[in-house]
Amino acid sequence: MKRSRSITGKLPAALALLAVLVIWMGLSEGGIVPQFMLPTPRQVWNTLTTDAATLCANAVVTLQETAWGLLLGVALGMALATLMHRVRVLYRAFYPLLVITQTIPTIAIAPLLVLWMGFGMAPKVTLVTITTFFPIAVNLLEGYASTDRAAADLLRAMGANRRQIFLHLELPSALSHFFSGLRVSVSYAVVGAVISEWLGGFEGLGVYMTRVKKAYAFDKMFAVIIVIIAVSLLLMALVTVLRRLLMPWEAYEKIERND
Amino acid sequence: MSAQVALLAEGITKRYDGRTIIEDVSIALHPGELVCLLGVSGAGKTTLFHTLSGLETPEAGRVLLDGEDVTGRPGKISYMLQRDLLLPHKRVLDNVALPLVLRGERPAAAREKAQAYFADFGLRGTERLWPAQLSGGMRQRAALLRTFLGSRGVVLLDEPFSALDALTKRELHGWYIDMMERLRLTTLFVTHDIDEAILLSDRVCILSGHPGKITAAFPILPPRPRGLDFSLSGAFLDYKKQILSLLDA
Repeated sequence: MKRSRSITGKLPAALALLAVLVIWMGLSEGGIVPQFMLPTPRQVWNTLTTDAATLCANAVVTLQETAWGLLLGVALGMALATLMHRVRVLYRAFYPLLVITQTIPTIAIAPLLVLWMGFGMAPKVTLVTITTFFPIAVNLLEGYASTDRAAADLLRAMGANRRQIFLHLELPSALSHFFSGLRVSVSYAVVGAVISEWLGGFEGLGVYMTRVKKAYAFDKMFAVIIVIIAVSLLLMALVTVLRRLLMPWEAYEKIERND
Repeated sequence: MSAQVALLAEGITKRYDGRTIIEDVSIALHPGELVCLLGVSGAGKTTLFHTLSGLETPEAGRVLLDGEDVTGRPGKISYMLQRDLLLPHKRVLDNVALPLVLRGERPAAAREKAQAYFADFGLRGTERLWPAQLSGGMRQRAALLRTFLGSRGVVLLDEPFSALDALTKRELHGWYIDMMERLRLTTLFVTHDIDEAILLSDRVCILSGHPGKITAAFPILPPRPRGLDFSLSGAFLDYKKQILSLLDA
């Protein structure tokens, strides 16, 4: 029963995706838009298969930058949120600053980072870190704050100290918020890595993208975009798997609510 | 009256923001006694319980557990708050063993100790389940077991049976009385349910007024265990009338 529900739940999404594909095919194959401007799905697929090796090699570089940046971003976001949660003065002092960092356009700081750190991996990892720590920090802070007050009273009545309340209650209560943040961070991370590669570098999907753009190889542009989408979706799926592993009780809570 | 007192509260006064919530409240519980605190909403029952459990420090008065001063010191008198408050992210066994773990026991040892009571509390086979998988009655039993494991013989229960349907409630009443005797527990509990108060208690205390004071306290006779027909007897109805008039006053 659960399976049939999930299939009917996914059907509209599949149909919408199919519709987009059909429109794309109609526009390109039907000659409404010239093919050098909008390649047909078949051309893009052919490029994907013939250029698979190059795309893969570049994707690996981008993935490495994404992974390191994300790792650092998550660590930084968790550390900041936890510190700000435990020390209220820090929260009041740094929360506005935290919000301001998010209003700085990525495109604006990327070239600066390149100037400061060179064309290697460092500026890319830094940019990904900057874009990913924020959703983690903000969501975790909200998660900590949403802890059930009565449950905290109960633990205090049992004689728990602040550290124990944090470990046994606040941290696990904030997990679902953390994963919501991580999902957003993951999608930012891939885009962040690609953007930072546009502005200087030797390899990676972003570098490849600028190169094929200059050659007006639209089919290759589309192929890269599809690879970026695939990588992002894959990472998001990983987050979901991780969430199921770390929060096994969630599955039962959902069943309860559905019934 | 025996000289032995398990829980003694003397002249408790608690204020919030300059407003006195409860004033000069004194209660004594003898070992094995079940005393019920009845009162209209807002009379300060939760404040009193927070103070007795050590979550709040009173402006005046003190709380003694077996003669030891535990005023404002949480972790001594076990307190079950209004909802069962099982942590959704811990399995039932870990939820129940939590007070022992918080006290510094190794998780494995704490689990083993908790495990020993699962059958008695009607929870056999639920150890590895998540709280979301339990029925209301089961959750309440698990919360009661956790309260008992965290206690040194005295427990405070804030409306422990109020969230349950009538049948489950009746079942748990009988079970709890039985359990209390076997574990030699001393219980102070709050309820809004007058029938429940008369049915279970050795003594009823009425908390009323602003600020809240204990305005009446009297024993319920005959002593426990009482037969099933007690709830249909004239004595039961007389108690009910008496309590209702005291609450209205």
